Amino acid sequence: MDDLMREFLAETAESLAILDLELVKFEQNPNDSEILMNIFRVMHTIKGTCGFLGLSRLEHVAHAGEDVLGRFRDGVLQVTPSSVTVILACIDRIRAILGAIEERGDEGSGGDDELIGQLRAIAEGRPVAPPSTAAAAVVSGEAIEAAAAADAPVISDEGFPVAAELLWECEAAMQAGLPTAAAEVSPPAAPATPMAAEVATAAGHDGAPPPAMAAAAVDDHGGERKAPAAQQSIRVNVEVLENLMTLVSELVLTRNNLLQMVRSRHDSEFADPLQRLSLITTDLQEGVMKTRMQPVGNAWAKLPRIIRDLAVETGKSLDLQMFGAETEVDRQVLELIKDPLTHMVRNSADHGIEKPHERLAAGKPETGVITLRAYHQGGHIIIDVHDDGRGLDTARIRRKIVDNGLASESELDAMGETEIHQFIFRPGFSTAETVTSVSGRGVGMDVVRTNIERIGGSIELKSTAGRGSGFTIKIPLTLAIVSALIVACGGERFAIPQLGVRELVHVSPQGENSVEIVNNTPLLRLRDRLLPLVMLHDLLRLDEPADLAAKSYFVVVTQVGAQSFGIVVDQVFDTEEIVVKPVARMLRKIPFYSGNTILGDGRVIMILDPNGIATTVGQTTVAADGGADGGGRHHESGTELILFDAGGSRKAVPMALVARLESIDAAAIEEVGGRRFVQYRGQLMPLQDVGCGFAGDEHGRCAVLVFAAGSRSVGLVVDRIIDILREPLHISFPPELPGSLGTAIIGGKATDILDAAHYLTQAFSDWFSSHDGEADAAEDRPAVLVIDHSAVSVNILAPYLANAGLGLATALDAAQAMQVLASGRRIDAVLADVGQPGGDGFAFADAIGADPLFASLPLLAVALSPTAKLAERARAAGFRGLAAKTEPATLLQLLLPLIPMETTTLKVAA
Amino acid sequence: MSFISVTPPAAASDAAASSIESAYLSFRLGSQLFGLPLLSVQDVLDPRPLTRIPLAPAEVAGALNVRGRIITAIDVRSRLGLGPRADQSRYSSIVVEHEDELYNLIVDAVGEVLELPPSQYEPNPPTLTAAWREFANGVFRLESDLMLVVDVRKLLCFAT
Repeated sequence: MDDLMREFLAETAESLAILDLELVKFEQNPNDSEILMNIFRVMHTIKGTCGFLGLSRLEHVAHAGEDVLGRFRDGVLQVTPSSVTVILACIDRIRAILGAIEERGDEGSGGDDELIGQLRAIAEGRPVAPPSTAAAAVVSGEAIEAAAAADAPVISDEGFPVAAELLWECEAAMQAGLPTAAAEVSPPAAPATPMAAEVATAAGHDGAPPPAMAAAAVDDHGGERKAPAAQQSIRVNVEVLENLMTLVSELVLTRNNLLQMVRSRHDSEFADPLQRLSLITTDLQEGVMKTRMQPVGNAWAKLPRIIRDLAVETGKSLDLQMFGAETEVDRQVLELIKDPLTHMVRNSADHGIEKPHERLAAGKPETGVITLRAYHQGGHIIIDVHDDGRGLDTARIRRKIVDNGLASESELDAMGETEIHQFIFRPGFSTAETVTSVSGRGVGMDVVRTNIERIGGSIELKSTAGRGSGFTIKIPLTLAIVSALIVACGGERFAIPQLGVRELVHVSPQGENSVEIVNNTPLLRLRDRLLPLVMLHDLLRLDEPADLAAKSYFVVVTQVGAQSFGIVVDQVFDTEEIVVKPVARMLRKIPFYSGNTILGDGRVIMILDPNGIATTVGQTTVAADGGADGGGRHHESGTELILFDAGGSRKAVPMALVARLESIDAAAIEEVGGRRFVQYRGQLMPLQDVGCGFAGDEHGRCAVLVFAAGSRSVGLVVDRIIDILREPLHISFPPELPGSLGTAIIGGKATDILDAAHYLTQAFSDWFSSHDGEADAAEDRPAVLVIDHSAVSVNILAPYLANAGLGLATALDAAQAMQVLASGRRIDAVLADVGQPGGDGFAFADAIGADPLFASLPLLAVALSPTAKLAERARAAGFRGLAAKTEPATLLQLLLPLIPMETTTLKVAA
Repeated sequence: MSFISVTPPAAASDAAASSIESAYLSFRLGSQLFGLPLLSVQDVLDPRPLTRIPLAPAEVAGALNVRGRIITAIDVRSRLGLGPRADQSRYSSIVVEHEDELYNLIVDAVGEVLELPPSQYEPNPPTLTAAWREFANGVFRLESDLMLVVDVRKLLCFAT
């Protein structure tokens, strides 16, 4: 393909993009002769050039199109939506032929007769059947006409107050009067001049132009300045620009290097020239960056056409308003956001905006407005996509979440609407009930989010039912130079891109922020949330492993998507602008580096990749989802549970029961008389196997849950600690095997709730009961009497009580309870079940109510599912309160203040 | 930094007879002499600060900045399975290009540029250990020594 042809293809492709935009504007404003002239000119150029190049097929199509446009221009023909549809089809055909030329070098074969026939028919004023249904087109046409008055802000993001109009008229008049001077003074505005003159002339003919006309002209002025500025610009191969950019990046690094060298010595003779070099370099960098910048409107060019087609196809009335199209963004970024943006606008039009009759019924204007807005904000470009449609359908999203198994009903109950909405970003999620030709092609918002995050951007969603929904995309202006935090760990320095960094937390033994260790997994308590930590030392296997207890260090709180985690480093220096260079090929297998760069001091530094590091954090932060909005959920209800694998199944045990989590060497386990022990804190601690043996993992380590009461401890050996979650504990299936309290949904998965009591009594048969020996010697040990005929309930409660340093006596019913009390055993409080039919708790309350001996004994009622009515009844019967059995931690909080105690070793989850 | 002056190969007389090049930069690891084809050599550097790259293959000694380019340093001793250098601070390195990327080969000492006639060349002796055969491209018989020809491509292919 020769250069001439290549040039023609590039130029025509550009012209066609403009045509699309112009035609939609033209349809809305058919009397605007300026737009018509533009369209006609482009079509004419195409026809002329392809005649010159010998592209006959293209010439015929363009010719037929030009004829119709000519008639419009001459005022012979009335502009109708159907005729515009045919013209658009004509442009599509031209584009298809161009594509064929680009691919194969020839025009390809195909019949254009039908299309040309239609065009001819329109030109001759005969009625035609346009390719798409005429009815829909008419509906939309009317709507668009109705909205014609509102189309003013399509390009400019300022309103058009009277003053601005006057100013424009003055300008136009001046330019008309002094065309040469104007062209010289402001070359970029030169192409607008002839047009301005025409407007001025038109104004002269018609007297005062109608305001709409003036507005449209201003409109065009804005558009025009960009488009045929071609005379003022040259085409440069992108590769040349990229090379230039690389060179400038090198220059910046060298400059930084020099600056650092000179800064360290005083009154250097280099200081002044270096200062100038520095300024020039900065200017050069900005200049070169500018060459890569393109107006974001380039990514939008196709949208009016897409919306227009959608309006016709779906019978909706749509108005796309675009503001800030001139906002500039790096072309690399632009390429990457083009598709996500298109997808979102389509979504808005297809799912967001209601049908006209629905809108009217909802008291909204018939025409749905989709607003696209772009602006700069501190090194980022913000793009808003907003529609005034129905908003996200929370109920439908909920249904979909449950259907797709992304979360359970109970989990959703605990979530706010906003959190539920976040699910649309999950893979495999699409709420479109009917798959239309427009959206629902399997790509969803998850892809959009992934694409945006890949370039270091973020996306946020806001939706109000009935009022519409909006997405806010934040993306960096450029990918070439990023700001990075320089940290040190194990004597090495690393750069962490600042985009993902949320905050820095200094942790020291004296400080207020504390790190807790769960099975060697450190977690940071940060404003009522547990943040998983990644020890950079361990991750990168650096020297001198971090000693969390003794040292002070920094946590770089990082966010990747919805996932937050902290990267633990030794030191934090400052931030530096860095140029990301790819790492050597042999290092690309390491997932934790996104590149490397040269710092101001000339040293090479590795750039950490938060995305790669996030993968090691795994799925531990399910609960932190939606935590992007700061504090997250402060008042979480539910029980804090330790989730672990044991014997091939997923199990959980309430965190409050477990004294410590340890990792022990499998080789240190000793077997004595068929039982296993490990030396732990100067004692032999019996180990219980929860169905997985004592072999340990591949490193020969066993994860152990340590339960303690008094001076005794028992270790339960499990395969692997998975996570710590706070969730309501609803046991939905009764236990099948001893050692289980039943099955509950924890973290969206069926999980066995471990019956700690079962294992503890296996180790020490008297774990809960009399505690003869040492425990009984301490006669003053407070004890609680539990009246419940369900052994399971007692088993749930027992470990909690033991943990709280309380003795336990049990009774199956009121009569037994009275016997216990009569036996003279110390009882400090009574927990009685009042939820069961038969109401043993109430019977008991009645029984002791009469006895003045027990008048001061605190009574607490428990039930499986407490209700307000039950609470009232319990209070009337003399109980101090009512608590749910399934939330032992809450129950203890109620119970403990009732018991006089000097020391409480209670471990209540915060 | 020292620069190498390259004298053009005397006469390309029978060089075309084989694919064996005639100019080599010699270097030593311990007492063993090696030769790198001169055409693949970009530069010879003195020791300079390296940035360690955690989790990189053991052979990768780190990365360094050479005139604004980031170069991966390869410890040739570790690559050849030799023990660590006696004096860690004294070494030399040779910059080579491989598949558009620059590598810095850390060796004990860099010797001189040698012009060698193909007549002194012999293929790998069959007794050479497998590990060494992997990167060696034959042997030159020098008067007092044997020089092992290093194939840069094979030397650097370990991690790709």
